[in-house]
Amino acid sequence: MDLLVCLKRVPMVGGRIGLLPSERQIDTAMLGFTVSPHEECAVEEAVRIVESQGGQVTVLTLGPPEAAEQLRDAVAVGASRCLLLEAGGKEWGPMATARAIAAAAEQAGPFDLILFGNEAADTADFQVGVRVAHLLGRPVATGIKSLSVESGAVTARREYRGVEESFVLQLPAVVSVKEGINLPRYPSLPGRMRAKKAVIETLSPAYSEEGLSMERLVVPKVERRRAAVLGEGREAVGELVDLLEQLGILA
Amino acid sequence: MSCAIVFCEAGPEGMIEASLRTAGLARRLADELVLCGRELPGVAAEQARQAGARRLVSLAVPGYAPRGIARALWQLAERLGASAVLAAGTDHGNEILAHLGALSDEEMVANCLAVERRGEGYVVTRQRWGGSLLEEAHLEARRALLTVAAEAVAPASSPEPEPVGEESFEPSLDPADLSVTASEQREQAAGVSLASARVVVSGGRGVGGPEGFGVIEEIAEMLGGAVGVSRVVTSLGWRPHREQVGQTGTKVTPELYLACGISGAIQHLAGCQSAKTMVAINTDPEAPIMSRADYAVIGDLAEVLPALRDALAERLRRQ
Repeated sequence: MDLLVCLKRVPMVGGRIGLLPSERQIDTAMLGFTVSPHEECAVEEAVRIVESQGGQVTVLTLGPPEAAEQLRDAVAVGASRCLLLEAGGKEWGPMATARAIAAAAEQAGPFDLILFGNEAADTADFQVGVRVAHLLGRPVATGIKSLSVESGAVTARREYRGVEESFVLQLPAVVSVKEGINLPRYPSLPGRMRAKKAVIETLSPAYSEEGLSMERLVVPKVERRRAAVLGEGREAVGELVDLLEQLGILA
Repeated sequence: MSCAIVFCEAGPEGMIEASLRTAGLARRLADELVLCGRELPGVAAEQARQAGARRLVSLAVPGYAPRGIARALWQLAERLGASAVLAAGTDHGNEILAHLGALSDEEMVANCLAVERRGEGYVVTRQRWGGSLLEEAHLEARRALLTVAAEAVAPASSPEPEPVGEESFEPSLDPADLSVTASEQREQAAGVSLASARVVVSGGRGVGGPEGFGVIEEIAEMLGGAVGVSRVVTSLGWRPHREQVGQTGTKVTPELYLACGISGAIQHLAGCQSAKTMVAINTDPEAPIMSRADYAVIGDLAEVLPALRDALAERLRRQ
C-alpha cells in the first residue's frame, strides 16, 4: 500500500488568539507550530496500515519552507517520504489547495489511499479532501473514526446522530479522518534521527485566486466575566446544589 | 425572482433544529425559500410552513450517498435557478456541500454565522478555529454554496406562514454518485447522547486519572446528563474519544456545563461555549475557565465531587 497523508502547519494556540495589526493573520511570534489532531491521527492510521500490510507513507504539505518541520514530525512517527508544495507566501483557498494536492498526487504517486484530517484546525473549510477525490475521480468518505483495509477496498465507519454509518470504498480512494480513530504514538529516538535526515522534495504548484476573499479576521467578543465564586472546598457544595435547584436542573 | 434552497436533515420526529435555523438565515438571502431533504416525515410540511418556505421538495436518492445527494441538489438548483444552496454545518451538511462545490466547481463556504447580499456578491462571516476566530470575507459566486454554524445562530423569528407546495424530485444520477452509500445501523442507546444532553458533567486533567471518573459518572447520572472530557483526558487514554468536548470532539449545548478540573483551552471552550450556564470546579482561581464560567467552586475535586454526589443524593431523596 502506498499512502499519502496531507498535513497543514498551524500555530499552536492555547489561550486567546492575537492578531497582527493587518487583522489578516494570527500573531504567531510567541507560538510554536503543529498540525490538527485529526491530521496526527491520519499519519498514525497510515503508519499502522503500512506496518500490517507493507508499503510506504508519504506526507505532503502546502505551506512555507518552515512547514518542513511538520513533515519531519511525521517522519519521526513512521512516514518515509516528504513532499513540500511551496505556497510562495500566498493565501491558498480550498479550491486552489485541492488542485495543487491532486496534481502533486498524480506526479508523485500513484497512491492507493490518500488521507486527510476532517478539517484544518485553522481555516476549517471541510472540503479539500472531497475536492481532491473529485479531481482524481476517486471515491471519498469524510469524518471517519474507524478504517479497515482488505482486498482492494477500505471499509470506513463513523457515528452520526446515533447511527453507525459504514462505507465501502474501492481503492484507490480518499478518506478524511477524525481524532479518536486511534491514539497516536510518540516519536521514538530512532524516529527522531530519521526525521533529521529526511529529504524534503519540493514542488511549486500553480496558484489561482478564488471567489471567496478574506477581508479581515475578528476575535469574537466573548463576555469576559469573573465567575461568581460559590465557595471553597466541600463547604461550597450546599450552595452549588441550591444553584442547580434554582436553574431547574434537579427537576 | 430569486430562490434559496436549504438541504434539511430529518429524523422520524421531523427536520432537525440546525436545519431549521439554517432555513431562517437562508430566508433573508432570496425572495423564495425552498426546503428539501430525503425521507422527510409528515410533520416536515408544517415545519416548512412555519419556517416561511413556499416549497418542500423530497429528493429521491436511495440511501445516504453524499455525492448522489449533492448531484440531486445541483440539478434542483439548476432547474429552479437558485442563487444559493445551504445546509447546516453538520458532518452531513458540510460533506454534501463539499461534494456540491466539487461537482459544480464552485466555492463552498463552511460554517457561516452571518451572510448578507452586497452588490452582486455576499458578505459572509464564518468560523475559523472552531469558532474561536471569525473571518469576514467577500464571496463572488454565480451560486452561493454555504453551510451554517447553526448552534451559534439564533433561531429566526417565524414569518407569516403561507401554504407550502409539496413535490418530489427525481435526479438523474451516475453510478459513481451512489458507489459510496452508507450502510446504516442504529446504535444501542448507551445513556444520554453528549451532543443533545441537557446537562454535561465534564472532567479534565485535574481529575487525576481514569479512576477519578467514577464519581463524575455518578453525578452525571443523577442529573440525567452525559459525561464529557477535555482533550488531554482522551490523549492520555483515560476515557474514550467519543466523550471529548471541543473543536475536534463534540460540540455541546446543554443547560448546565459542569467543568471539573478543566483549565479552559480555547479548543475546549469552542465545544462548550453555547452552554446556557457554566459552572467550574477547579483548584486554581486564575485558570482561564474562570473568565468564561458563570459560577465557580474553588477546591480539590477529590474533596468536592464526592461531597457533591452525597449532597445531590440527599436532595433527590427528599424530593
